[in-house]
Amino acid sequence: MGKLFRPRSQTTLEHIIFIMKNIRNFSIIAHIDHGKSTLSDRLIQATNVVSERIFQDQILDTMDIERERGITIKSQTVCLPYKAKNGQTYFLNLIDTPGHVDFTYEVSRALASCEGALLLIDASQGVEAQTMANLYLAMEHELEIIPVINKIDLPSADIERIKDQINDDLGLDPESAILTSAKEGIGVEDVLEGVVNKLPPPLGDPGAPLQALIFDSHYDSYRGTVIHVRIFQGKIKPGDVITFMSNSAVYKTEEVGIFQIEKVPKKEISAGQVGYIIAGIKTVSDTQCGDTITLKNRPCKTPMPGFKIEKPVVFSSIYPVASDGYEELALAMEKLKLNDASLIYEKDSSVALGFGFRCGFLGLLHLEVVQERLEREYDLSLILTAPSVRYKLVMQDGSSRIIDNPALYPDPAGIDKTLEPFIRASIIIPDRYMGTVMKLCLERRGINITYQYLTNNRMEMIFELPLAEVIYDFYDKLKSLTQGYGSFDYEIRDYRETDLAKLDILINSDRVDALSQLVHRDRAVERAKHACEKLKDEIPRQMFKIAIQGAIGGNIIARKTISALRKDVTAKCYGGDITRKRKLLEKQKKGKKRMKMVGKVMIPQSAFLSVLKTDND
Amino acid sequence: MVSSHPLLFDTLYFGGGTPSVLKPENIGRIIKTANGLFNISTDTEITIEVNPGTVTPEKLTEYKNIGINRISIGVQSFNDKILNFLGRIHSTNDAALTIRRARKAGFDNIGIDLIYGIPGQTKKTWLSDLRKVVEFEPEHLSCYMLTYEKGTPLNRERQQGKFKPVAGSLLAEFFETTMEYLTAHGYVQYEISNFAKNASKISRHNFKYWIFSPYLGFGPSAHSFIEPRRYWNCRSVKKYIENIKEGRLPIEKKEILSKKQRMMEMVYLGLRKTDGIDIDAINKNLGINFHQMFAEKIKQLEEDGYILRIQSGTHCALSRKGMLFLDSIAPMLMIENWG
Ligand SMILES: Nc1nc2c(ncn2[C@@H]2O[C@H](COP(=O)(O)OP(=O)(O)O)[C@@H](O)[C@H]2O)c(=O)[nH]1
Repeated sequence: MGKLFRPRSQTTLEHIIFIMKNIRNFSIIAHIDHGKSTLSDRLIQATNVVSERIFQDQILDTMDIERERGITIKSQTVCLPYKAKNGQTYFLNLIDTPGHVDFTYEVSRALASCEGALLLIDASQGVEAQTMANLYLAMEHELEIIPVINKIDLPSADIERIKDQINDDLGLDPESAILTSAKEGIGVEDVLEGVVNKLPPPLGDPGAPLQALIFDSHYDSYRGTVIHVRIFQGKIKPGDVITFMSNSAVYKTEEVGIFQIEKVPKKEISAGQVGYIIAGIKTVSDTQCGDTITLKNRPCKTPMPGFKIEKPVVFSSIYPVASDGYEELALAMEKLKLNDASLIYEKDSSVALGFGFRCGFLGLLHLEVVQERLEREYDLSLILTAPSVRYKLVMQDGSSRIIDNPALYPDPAGIDKTLEPFIRASIIIPDRYMGTVMKLCLERRGINITYQYLTNNRMEMIFELPLAEVIYDFYDKLKSLTQGYGSFDYEIRDYRETDLAKLDILINSDRVDALSQLVHRDRAVERAKHACEKLKDEIPRQMFKIAIQGAIGGNIIARKTISALRKDVTAKCYGGDITRKRKLLEKQKKGKKRMKMVGKVMIPQSAFLSVLKTDND
Repeated sequence: MVSSHPLLFDTLYFGGGTPSVLKPENIGRIIKTANGLFNISTDTEITIEVNPGTVTPEKLTEYKNIGINRISIGVQSFNDKILNFLGRIHSTNDAALTIRRARKAGFDNIGIDLIYGIPGQTKKTWLSDLRKVVEFEPEHLSCYMLTYEKGTPLNRERQQGKFKPVAGSLLAEFFETTMEYLTAHGYVQYEISNFAKNASKISRHNFKYWIFSPYLGFGPSAHSFIEPRRYWNCRSVKKYIENIKEGRLPIEKKEILSKKQRMMEMVYLGLRKTDGIDIDAINKNLGINFHQMFAEKIKQLEEDGYILRIQSGTHCALSRKGMLFLDSIAPMLMIENWG
């Protein structure tokens, strides 16, 4: 080890133990919108970890963007120094977790890095599906849980009812609940004291071989991948040669440190601590969430449990609207991928849309976030194809295939059977919606429906249904049917046999490959009708009649016609009319960039996207 | 801008609004003044727009005396119900009278404006309008399809559902009927909405708009064009007068057309004319190769019967069927190549 890296003061074992005793690692888990971000902001502010100015400039800004997107994907882990009422200073590591079902695995890795969790519940909304799902996750990791009832400032807050729910639905002690208004800063100190006094300090042996759990990583344009870790055993310092236990890749540690909004380099980080490692790793895809880091020369015996390689479950192709937009899209995808290891993609091409990418996502929300980031951060206009799940095909000749792209669907004559992924879904609703939700579930091929009452008028419905039905507007439907009161969570179960068909859309007899979908045969007619109707609404009338058809093989199952435009001519065009007309042409020319030609038919981008939308009736 | 151009003018047009409110002697003064300031040719076409019922035989004679040699009459329709719908104050009798008076006053170049596609109008009533107008043997006819301009009371009423606009298919029929009827009666269509008894009677003035000729406009809102610049005057009469008094040009805005914009306008305006786009001229003016740029598109449009190559391929024009779709076809000739 070089001179540069020698610690200025020798770290004694006692000192480390002292530190460990004063560390708390915790997460805030909550249903979306219950106030997790707001409470996190408050905790950061209360502990003065950054100056008010930096807080305003940086935190709120970055959070705004995420708030707008409605979810946090990249966690903002932060080490909060807190002087408790008992006079001691504690280091409270707040480990942020992504707030959506698509990211359950990431959440589980973050929770695995904690000893405790704050379970945040909106005082007017009460316990929701993600509250339950997150609680189960936290319990699996044997975390100490402190219920926090937030938004007590709301006139509709009903603390007693929430306490009942905490007792009945969650089986937790309602008397231990902390009352807060994150918005008004009420109860923030109680939360900090609760974390100090009720959550246990981390365990671990700083002298043991390094065992560090990767729970996240992000890309830094100057430093490459910054790995977020929880150290369970041992310690790590710059210069250490490390290895990833899942794939034995070896790197040399360049820097370690902790997060205090900005990265704060440390001479070393050790058992019990949460921090970061920089080791010259180019992209976040070279690290895997849940993997264990150890020292090459002094490895730990076993990796941390629970590691799994995450597989995408939803697939869709992304195309640029602009005919010359492929290069730009490729660059943007590359950049996104630097920071999003769960996004996978490969080049794809379509007769109608040209070159694009076939992408795999962790879920529908992940897809939406990627789409939105590409559009907003990279200013791209995109066309997405209908999301698909991954099907397993067993062929007549005994071989098997995996298909997630309608374009690659083989001749059905050669298929013996098809399997599709099933999920176990949990829906929490006020019981007056039971009938409506039951109907929705049955419509969506739900089976094995069971339910239980949580409190006297709230219930949890559990059932199994095909994932394919969920990625098709299930969540929106549920929200509208239950007037926003229904909450939903799911986990993937297994593969089951299904009756699949490839639905093609023909426009003036030309098959539009980008509009093909894999659908359950029973739902094919309905989907075909829906697609035809949407296209009819979105494709402008043209100089000729346009026939829109839905077909399975040679079988037409739905049909709509757009009648021909009968005239389109400006009657008068003299001096003053010319500029106006030219401006219109310029606008049309621009709009044309967003049009795709199928044969002679001009199809606007909105038409491609409309097929994916459902009527919210 | 005005005096620095050694342009030779060969048309003078009093129109837009109701120029007949001016006393003929004042119009005469304007003509004289213009002659003193600009280089105006001796056989200049001098047009005045008049509304039926607003001109006496005396006035018409005076027009003639001060040098006006063309009259454009806003008849609009020979059906009183329709005139009423359009909010016109004149009657069909007024219209007939005005046309006869103009003839009597010695005008041998009379233009008449008609409108079709009015709610309630049938093919029969429109044909009867055409029959009546042809009986007067005007040298020039403009037949405009009714359009609903944003912000007009008519458009507002349409949006409020106060009447049912004529269906597109019927409008298309009206358009075709017009072309057929007038051609059969000896008129030559030279632009989408314009017909003349013979080539010498086309509106020399209006034609200039479509061939990118320079023109100067006077009065509020008037447009001027000297390639590649276009100017327009302020709308407010008050402001216009103030500006003039203070010795300033009453220009509200000007635009300098880029090459792309010129091309756009040339293609659009060129296609309005039955003799179409003069390919040599557009190539020379813009330094492009029109054929190369649009070969594929034009071939397709030709095959579909929307576009014709005429005058042994030197011009590219819309067919009768194509004219109905000018606003759909023009954008097709404005893609990729134009960046
Ligand atoms: N009235 C009230 N609103 C709150 C409180 N905490 C958060 N909110 C609001 O609830 C919404 C969701 O909060 P946010 O922190 O983004 O929720 P998250 O999705 O759980 O991160 C925002 O509009 C917040 O301003 C609170 O204590 N009282």
